[in-house]
Amino acid sequence: MTAVVETEQLGKRYGNLWALRNCTLALPSGSAVALVGPNGAGKTTLLELLVGLLRPTEGQARICGHAPFDEASVVLPHVAFVAQDQSLYSNLTAAEHLTLGRKLNHRWNDVLVRDRLHRLRIPLDRPVGRLSGGQRSQVALGLSLAKQADLVVLDEPLASLDPLARQEFLQTLMEAKVDSGSTVLLSSHIVSGLERVCDFLVILATARVQIATGIDEALTTHVRLVGPPTALPALSTVYPIVFSTETSRQATAVVRADGEIFDPVWELQHLSLEEIVLAYLSRTRLDDIEPKEEVATRAG
Amino acid sequence: MAPYRQIIQQVRQAILTGRLRPGDQLPAVREVVTTIAINPNTVFKAYRELEHEGLVELRQGQGTFVRQGPQAMAPAELAVLRRSLLRWMKVAQRAGLQQETILALCAATLQEAERLLSEEAG
Repeated sequence: MTAVVETEQLGKRYGNLWALRNCTLALPSGSAVALVGPNGAGKTTLLELLVGLLRPTEGQARICGHAPFDEASVVLPHVAFVAQDQSLYSNLTAAEHLTLGRKLNHRWNDVLVRDRLHRLRIPLDRPVGRLSGGQRSQVALGLSLAKQADLVVLDEPLASLDPLARQEFLQTLMEAKVDSGSTVLLSSHIVSGLERVCDFLVILATARVQIATGIDEALTTHVRLVGPPTALPALSTVYPIVFSTETSRQATAVVRADGEIFDPVWELQHLSLEEIVLAYLSRTRLDDIEPKEEVATRAG
Repeated sequence: MAPYRQIIQQVRQAILTGRLRPGDQLPAVREVVTTIAINPNTVFKAYRELEHEGLVELRQGQGTFVRQGPQAMAPAELAVLRRSLLRWMKVAQRAGLQQETILALCAATLQEAERLLSEEAG
C-alpha cells in the first residue's frame, strides 16, 4: 500500500535559514495526524511543501506517489488545504463558495456539508466576512471536505477558536472521517484534546522532526521516572532519555521504553500527550544554544 | 492512558457491574464519534480489541453486541479475587510503594500472567 504522504530528506531553506531539514516521514493512510510544535518550528513550511505551494530546496515529498510541486496538476485533485487565514472571499456567501468549489473541481459533493452547516445554524446566504470566526472555520472546513480529497491538510485550524467552536470543529471533522477514510493532517500548537481526534503524532521543533509515531504507542512507551540522581547515568544506558532534569536530591527523566519492569529505585509515572510533547520541546530548547550541526546528529 | 484503552476499560467496567448485559448493543461507531468528537479509528480499535477479548461480538450489518457469556463472573467468586488482591495491596502499601508503582507492577505482572497463560495454552 502506498502511503498517501511520504517525504524523504525533505528540506526548505530561506536564505541562510533552514525552515525544515532532514524531514523523512510516512504517514499511515486513513489516519488523523497531529503536527505539533512551537511557533516557527517549520509546521507551515512542511504543510505548504506537501500541498505543492513551495518547491523543496532538497529531498522530496510524495502525495499519492507524486511530487506536489512538480506534478501539481496530478496532485491537486487529491489534496484539500485550508491555510491558517482560511483564504475565504469575505464578500461571498458560504453558498457561493460551495458553487465556486463545484465549478472548479471534478470531484465535489457538498450535500453533507450543507446539511452540517444548516444544523450548526450557519447562514449560507450571508457574506462570510460577516460570520463569526468559528462559523468561518466551519465554512472553510466544509469546503475542504466537499472536495472529497484523499488528503485534507489544515494549518492551525484550532488556533483562533474558542473551546466550544473548537469542539464543534473537531466534531465535524471526525464525523466526516467516518464516511470518507481520508487522511487528515492538522497542525496545532495546542496539544490538549488532540489524542482524542488524532491517532498519529509528528513533533516538529527547530526545523526538525523530533518524533513521528502512533499516539497510542507514544502514550504507552513514554514514562516519567523519578529517582536518585546517581542512578541517572545507568538509566541512560538502558532507555533513550527524552529529557531529564536533576537537583542534588532527585532526578526526573522522561524516557522512551516498552513499559516493562523497571529498576525499583525509580518511581514510574504515566504521561499525558501534552507532557510527552513538552518533554521533546524542552529538549530542543536546550539544544538551541548548541551548534546546529551537532543537533542534527543527535536528533537522527 | 490511550483513548482506545479508556473505551475498553469503560465497556469492561459496565459489563462487570451489570450496566451492560449480554445481548445489549454497544453504540454504533458513528454515534460515539458524533457524541464525543473522537476519532472513529480509535472506536474501531477499541471495539476490535473487545471482540478479540471475547467480550463483545460483531454481527454483520447489525452492530456490536455484548456476548452471552462465560466472561460474566459470579459475584461471590469476584469477591474472593478482590479479597486476595486487597491483602496484596495492603502489603505493598505497608512496604511504602507509591500508587503509580503499584499500578505499574500490576500492569507488568498482568502482562507476565497473560504470557504465561498463552504459553500454557500453546
